[in-house]
Amino acid sequence: MSRAPLPYNPKILELFRNPKNLGRMEDATVTAVAGNPSCGDMIIFYLKINDEDVIEKASFESYGCAANIATSSIVTEMVKGMKLEDAWKISWKSVIDAVGGLPSVKFHCGILAVGALKRAIRAYYKNRRLSPGWLPKEHTFEEKQALEEEELAEMLSKRMKMEEEK
Amino acid sequence: MIENIRELLKAHEGLKREVYLDVENSSMVPKEVVDAMLPYFNQRAYGNPTLTHKPGWEAFETIMESSEKIATSLGCKTLEEVNFTPGETEANNLALMGTAFSMKGKGKRIVISEIEPLSVLHVADLLSKYGFTIVKIPVDGEGFIDLEKLREAVDKETILVSLSAVNHEIGTIEPVKEALEIVKDRNPKTIFHTDASDAYGKIPFNVQDLNADLATISSYKILGPRGVGALYVKEGVNMERILEGQIGTQKLWPGVENTPLIVGFAKASELAFKNFGENVNNMRRLRDRLIDGIIGKIPDVRLNGPKGDKRAPDNVNISFLRCEGEALTIELSLNGVYVSSGSACTRRLLQPSHVLVAIGRKFVEAHGSILMKVTRYHTAEDIDYVLEVVPKAVERIRGIVGSMEVK
Repeated sequence: MSRAPLPYNPKILELFRNPKNLGRMEDATVTAVAGNPSCGDMIIFYLKINDEDVIEKASFESYGCAANIATSSIVTEMVKGMKLEDAWKISWKSVIDAVGGLPSVKFHCGILAVGALKRAIRAYYKNRRLSPGWLPKEHTFEEKQALEEEELAEMLSKRMKMEEEK
Repeated sequence: MIENIRELLKAHEGLKREVYLDVENSSMVPKEVVDAMLPYFNQRAYGNPTLTHKPGWEAFETIMESSEKIATSLGCKTLEEVNFTPGETEANNLALMGTAFSMKGKGKRIVISEIEPLSVLHVADLLSKYGFTIVKIPVDGEGFIDLEKLREAVDKETILVSLSAVNHEIGTIEPVKEALEIVKDRNPKTIFHTDASDAYGKIPFNVQDLNADLATISSYKILGPRGVGALYVKEGVNMERILEGQIGTQKLWPGVENTPLIVGFAKASELAFKNFGENVNNMRRLRDRLIDGIIGKIPDVRLNGPKGDKRAPDNVNISFLRCEGEALTIELSLNGVYVSSGSACTRRLLQPSHVLVAIGRKFVEAHGSILMKVTRYHTAEDIDYVLEVVPKAVERIRGIVGSMEVK
């Protein structure tokens, strides 16, 4: 197995040990999942959104590595009190900056977290049959990456099934 | 980057106990072995063994004595059958490529199993780019190679079969003797190599009884220093070098011999074989205490590899469902328990351990796998400490997964 050294920084270690906003939210307005456990990487966001399209509360659960836990946790911190339009502007790079940097092999964790956030925002407007002008019709980079990872997981598990049947 | 590492280390301050179980990836060298090596750095035998002066002759004598110790415990006929290399990786590279070179024109087929270590698997992949056909024999749910498929795979074109004696990840003790007989029955000219790094010093293993052509052994896997291993090459088997340069006492590996490391390897070997039966029984007891403890205390776990006598006495490999392995190794480390995982998490490929996938484990089972190896230096108290730490760590990581469905 090839391995890269993973010098996680103190911020990531702290979020890993004491994740903020961890846990299921029963009264969430919207939830969104990204990733696939077959890739060892899956998160769920719970957002409580008020009538002014402001995120009042955010929480998460994560199946993944320390970087996955830390980036998910920091996104829930970042979006708290934000208008959805502003939350939409959060980029994966700003998430990685917010956790104090990540080894490059772990960039996909930040990308996946933002992918899940964007899915949640889209789902919220879709449920309300609204399409604000700032919300692009096209998938953003992070959403595409999340899809790509999920498709890869799908493909790998199909391939495994085929081999089993052989 | 270095600051981050320093902070990570600081987070470990004040641990009440530390238990190192990651012998698969590196090992702590016991004091007796270190003490045996020390004089050879600067007091004696620091010369080049091929040169005509006292420190050189001392080095020559020392290397021969070390070869002899290893040759004896391995069951060699002559000292020349032991060829020191810088480790298991290099010995496996030499076995495969050296055979491919020396058997040039005699066939293009190489047979290995699906669960070989990467130093066999990747070399085979490399050779496939140079015109060799690689056949990978599948294994069953416990990691035992399919002997029927092996029989079908070996033909007149087969120059080499390479199968581990004990699997490095899941501890399966392979039927190498039967495998070798099948191979030689199909084609007496086929060279049979076994990576015995996880067998040597842990199960009875004797190259003459087995009648193998080539066998790899590794120093750190028996608690010797890293940076040294050996390839057994049976007398009369042709083998070509894969590196060229100044050839000294080691005809298959150029460069200046590392006498202190060779001494450490021989010392580790001597210690592993002194009270061999007792050592093995102790390891087995600790292994089962660990396996039974984890299975008894934690729900949704799965042992990878066989149980009982068909499992290497030191190997514990368990999958914790709903628990990602990298996160778990960090949590365990922060509590003084050092292990490794077959999770894909440190790779961008998203594919976990090939061994666990080959025995039919689902990806989520492989991602949650933890590999541990016990040694004769561990105590029941060490294992009990691990059994105190692991359930808490698994519970915390599973708590982060929370209500998510992980399938």
